[in-house]
Amino acid sequence: MADVTAQNTQKSWLARAADSDLWYSFCRSPVTIVSAILTVLFFVSAIFANWIAPHNPFDLASISIMDASLPPAWMEGSDPRFWLGTDDQGRDIFSTIIFGARISLFVGFASVIFSMILGISLGLISGYVGGRLDAFIMRVADIQLSFPAILIALLIDGVARGVLPRAMHQDLVFYVLIFAIGISGWVQYARTVRGSTLVEKNKEYVQAARVIGIGPLIILWRHILPNVMGPVLVIATIHLAIAVITEATLSFLGVGVPPTTPSLGTLIRIGNDFLFSGEWWITIFPGIALVLLVLAINLLGDWLRDALNPKLR
Amino acid sequence: MSNDVVLIARDLKKHYPVRQSMFGEPVMLKALDGASFELKRRKTLAVVGESGCGKSTLARLVTMIEEPTAGSLQIAGEELADASESVRKSLRPKVQIVFQNPYGSLNPRQKIGSALEEPLQMNTSLSKSERQEKAREMMTSVGLRPEHYDRYPHMFSGGQRQRIAIARALMLNPDILVLDEPVSALDVSIQAQVLNLLSELQERLDLAYLFISHDLSVVKHIADEVMVMYLGKPVEQGANKDLFADPQHPYTQALLSATPVPDPGRKHQRIILRGELPSPIDPPVGCAFNPRCPKVFDPCRTTAPALTPSGNTQVACHLVTAGKE
Repeated sequence: MADVTAQNTQKSWLARAADSDLWYSFCRSPVTIVSAILTVLFFVSAIFANWIAPHNPFDLASISIMDASLPPAWMEGSDPRFWLGTDDQGRDIFSTIIFGARISLFVGFASVIFSMILGISLGLISGYVGGRLDAFIMRVADIQLSFPAILIALLIDGVARGVLPRAMHQDLVFYVLIFAIGISGWVQYARTVRGSTLVEKNKEYVQAARVIGIGPLIILWRHILPNVMGPVLVIATIHLAIAVITEATLSFLGVGVPPTTPSLGTLIRIGNDFLFSGEWWITIFPGIALVLLVLAINLLGDWLRDALNPKLR
Repeated sequence: MSNDVVLIARDLKKHYPVRQSMFGEPVMLKALDGASFELKRRKTLAVVGESGCGKSTLARLVTMIEEPTAGSLQIAGEELADASESVRKSLRPKVQIVFQNPYGSLNPRQKIGSALEEPLQMNTSLSKSERQEKAREMMTSVGLRPEHYDRYPHMFSGGQRQRIAIARALMLNPDILVLDEPVSALDVSIQAQVLNLLSELQERLDLAYLFISHDLSVVKHIADEVMVMYLGKPVEQGANKDLFADPQHPYTQALLSATPVPDPGRKHQRIILRGELPSPIDPPVGCAFNPRCPKVFDPCRTTAPALTPSGNTQVACHLVTAGKE
């Protein structure tokens, strides 16, 4: 037994990862493998959009109105340069999707991180301090949960637009959007973390830390936080999909990112105007991309939740 | 001689307010109701009693996790009740604790090395390499191997974990070690190893032990003095050999008779106590032990007996006081 544990510590982390239950359950689920590949594809193409996209749809010099509204490559009257066709301004649909996914993922990630920081801190404080502060934070969370997340995001977005001077809109629109989506999602993190904190804070290692003379902030950061992060990662994965959808919804409604830097949601809205004039590809392809992205992330999140749940093993 | 006394507790009390209904007045739960004792260097005071008698509350008071409701607690000559925050901070390292459950007392996400260095990091200004050196030294002295430094708690057995917990408690060179049932979660064979380690460390480091236990055979083996508690109050207190040789309080007698003795031929007279431990929210009038005492008589139901010297021990029992007069 002692030899086995000794070997385990000496192996590289890669070897240990290949050994783990998580990797085993990953390999056993084809759906998860496919969605992981899809997710990685989306991330890689989003990060390296400048090199992967065949055209730069935001380079005004390279787009020509002569290429406008070309159908996808397999249809009559198409241009082989534009695999998924072009929109009304002659921008390549495939490239706009890649750049759009980049913006969607950026906004999604940033708002998930914002939600996480806010929710985890409030949850830790709420659980550790307890008493009135705990009651207050949790009632605010309850009240927020009684509104749909999209409504809160819309409200904050609207207020910000009304309060901020018009000239600043363009610069601040991303921050407003991230704040609006982020703040609508903190409740889940706070509740989960609070619950785990209530369990952890009564364990003896936390009391031992107090006897050593460690202050509450360091106890929270170093002892409780690492032990409550498991469920948070699962929530974060699923929340990423929700955040991307929320951003797309806001952009579709016209309160999200501006058309000059379109996200997937903006692309769908723009394309929507051409649906009845026969240029279906302008809206359908970004739509498929959005569905695939969100579905893949969701399936990954579901798998992670099941794989980390000891009751389902 | 008096230099050896590192902690003096006088009439220590801890009452918790408990709300029984939403609008009612909170009732006082008397978890600990007047305990007095001294801890001396190289001596072990064992606190014995069944669950809910205030043993762990005592540990929480001595380690300054909680404040006493009343009474005086002096550590290294400083009275805690009127000590400033900075004095408290300087006293904290002097009293350390080892918990009962070695599976709960180590942070599962913290490597052993980091767990051992943390007390130094918080309380001293030693450099990273000095801390590491001290941690490794301590690991050898509690019987852990140097390669254990980078491992996580789940890679260890219960006995090894308890050694780690002991090492962590000793990192700050404490005067007093509170041992809250340190071996009751371990196998008997491992218990002996850990107890021997504790005795050895006590000799070498001049430690005073407050040893909390419900296992009398362990107490007999390790303690110098014993305090028997019942429902938050000490009922009998005295030197180990006196108390085990001639228990005076009926509760102590019952406890001792319940200890298994590995001798099949021995005539065993077991005193069976009737009833349950009463609730500390609503303790019986008079002596707290009166509803269960086999030798109960009139004064027990009206007045609570005080600890009085009798023979070589101190006993709180009307029977003993009355018999002496």
